[in-house]
Amino acid sequence: MANTSTLARGGGNPPASGRPPTRSRRRAKASGMPEWVIPYVLLIPGLLVIAGLLLYPTIQMVIMSFQKVGLRQIRGVPAESVGTENYTQIFESEIFWSSLRNTVTFAVVTVALTLILGTAVGTLLNRLSKKMSTFVVVGIMAAWAVPPVAQGVIWRWLFDADAGIINWVLNLLPDWFSELLFGRSDWTGEPWLNDAFTIYLVLIVCVVWASFPFIAVSVLAGLKGIPAELYEAARVDGSGAWRTFRKITLPLLRPVFAVLTILSIIWNFKVFSQLYVLMGGPNNREAFNLSMFSFAEAFRSPPKMGSGAAIAVVLTLLLLVVTAFYVRQIVKTEEM
Amino acid sequence: MTTSLTGGKPDASPRTRPAARGGMDPRTRKRLGVIALNTAGVLVFLFATFPVYWMVSTAFKTNDQIFTTDFIPIPTEITFEHLDRVLTEGVAGNSIWVYMRNSAIVALGTVLIGAVFALLAATAIARFRFRGRTSFLITLLIVQMIPAEALLIPLFLNVRRLGLYDQLLGLIVINVGLTLPFGIWMLRTFVAAVPKSLEEAAWIDGASRFTTFRKVLFPLVAPGLVATSIFSFITAWNELIFALILMSDSSGYTMPVALQFFFGQRGTDWGAIMAGSTMMTIPVVVFFLLVQRRMVSGLVAGAVKG
Repeated sequence: MANTSTLARGGGNPPASGRPPTRSRRRAKASGMPEWVIPYVLLIPGLLVIAGLLLYPTIQMVIMSFQKVGLRQIRGVPAESVGTENYTQIFESEIFWSSLRNTVTFAVVTVALTLILGTAVGTLLNRLSKKMSTFVVVGIMAAWAVPPVAQGVIWRWLFDADAGIINWVLNLLPDWFSELLFGRSDWTGEPWLNDAFTIYLVLIVCVVWASFPFIAVSVLAGLKGIPAELYEAARVDGSGAWRTFRKITLPLLRPVFAVLTILSIIWNFKVFSQLYVLMGGPNNREAFNLSMFSFAEAFRSPPKMGSGAAIAVVLTLLLLVVTAFYVRQIVKTEEM
Repeated sequence: MTTSLTGGKPDASPRTRPAARGGMDPRTRKRLGVIALNTAGVLVFLFATFPVYWMVSTAFKTNDQIFTTDFIPIPTEITFEHLDRVLTEGVAGNSIWVYMRNSAIVALGTVLIGAVFALLAATAIARFRFRGRTSFLITLLIVQMIPAEALLIPLFLNVRRLGLYDQLLGLIVINVGLTLPFGIWMLRTFVAAVPKSLEEAAWIDGASRFTTFRKVLFPLVAPGLVATSIFSFITAWNELIFALILMSDSSGYTMPVALQFFFGQRGTDWGAIMAGSTMMTIPVVVFFLLVQRRMVSGLVAGAVKG
């Protein structure tokens, strides 16, 4: 389980059994289909799903963002175009700008913290004995596996105002230290989940906790792929740990970090479940991110689906920019 | 006891001179280093597992031990009252079994349909070179990044129009859409790993294309299919946002939605919600440990040069 060294390529173990390869390249035409049709036939179900459930709705979303879609339209009345009104409306709303700020700030902070912690743990795992590293990997897997909704539930409980363990720990700190650090010493009954700023503090802790394992395991896999002689040579030349990391590990793992950074940005941009649980549904407007804002606009009563779609378009455009980097990186490093 | 340096060792090289490192002998230093590393390892382990442990232990604590400002690391008396309550009384009018069953139906339905579609498409990509192949691969990458929130509104309307609103089938269809692109992407590496010569040998022996697929390719790709299926299962099992808007009748809620109803107006029943979350988490953790290695490879495929 902890032997992550083979995850570099494919992960599957190509079966070695079977007959020796045949010399003949003769094709047996058993089915009546011409050879070139087959791949297209195989692709039909997948293409239908992707087109019907992903591509077509995306187009619908763009169209709807220029329409008024409310209760009457949900019941079947054709939607009427309103031009760019949905967009002007959301751009004028304060909630949109605070949502955008929340989305971006959260993503930047979380991505940075996750990458730093994940890389540190990955490097640590690489230096631990086999037994110890298996032990730690199993532990971090447990955090990684927790469903997002349950993550939210767990951290909401840990940060609970009255019986939460975080307030208990903060009360343990020596008064002078707590005073110095936070300007207060009594944390009894501190409500963390009322205010947008503290909701995001909890959310950051929650998401970093749940997502650093993936980074750690990926970095570990990358490290296993670096030849040991390189480190040997660096040590002989008297290079210190930090220097070795900067001059050998970092450049060799650059492609891994590129993909990990991009994936983290994409995932953190659309965080929803944990936020939904932490703030107890779309109630606290100051704490909205773009996903939550779009959801809240579209499914409030009365519903404003057009304006929800306009927010979703903005979010998608932001993600598309990041995705472009991702696709470029994958195309560069992988022979497709 | 660590002061005796064995006589013949060439430890006198200038770089390892003990004096340069605060008078500590290199073996002590090494041992301290190992201790430091292992301590760090244990701390990481605790940071990762404590919240999970806290969830499970709260589920089995008495309310006296839950609602206290004291820290009770290990419950001194274990109770099954919360578990019992969520199973019989349940939440939002149904036993938690109903929601577990709904989640299982949605996840298994997604896996069954998704696995077939993914296998067909992955075979096409890995075994054939055809026009439009690269565009299809790039499409796969891009559609994975479309946020579910963006699809939410149009899919909500489409599902209503098709009469699938408030039906688990509607959720299954949507989850197939959400999981298929990554499923194909992941499975194609497994298909590509099966040597083509094996299939060619079968053709030469007169096997039809379908027999070749069934008898040669399928058994060899099966482990990859299992890994991909578990991934889809977990995604569908965890999905919140579509289940939230597509099911209006509480008997059709899935676990992620049902858990929200524990947060009541009159304070939260933490024992019950922890029992519910534990039930939801266990299947995922088990599956996760089975496939984590393959999942990482699917996500960062190609970026890690072995």
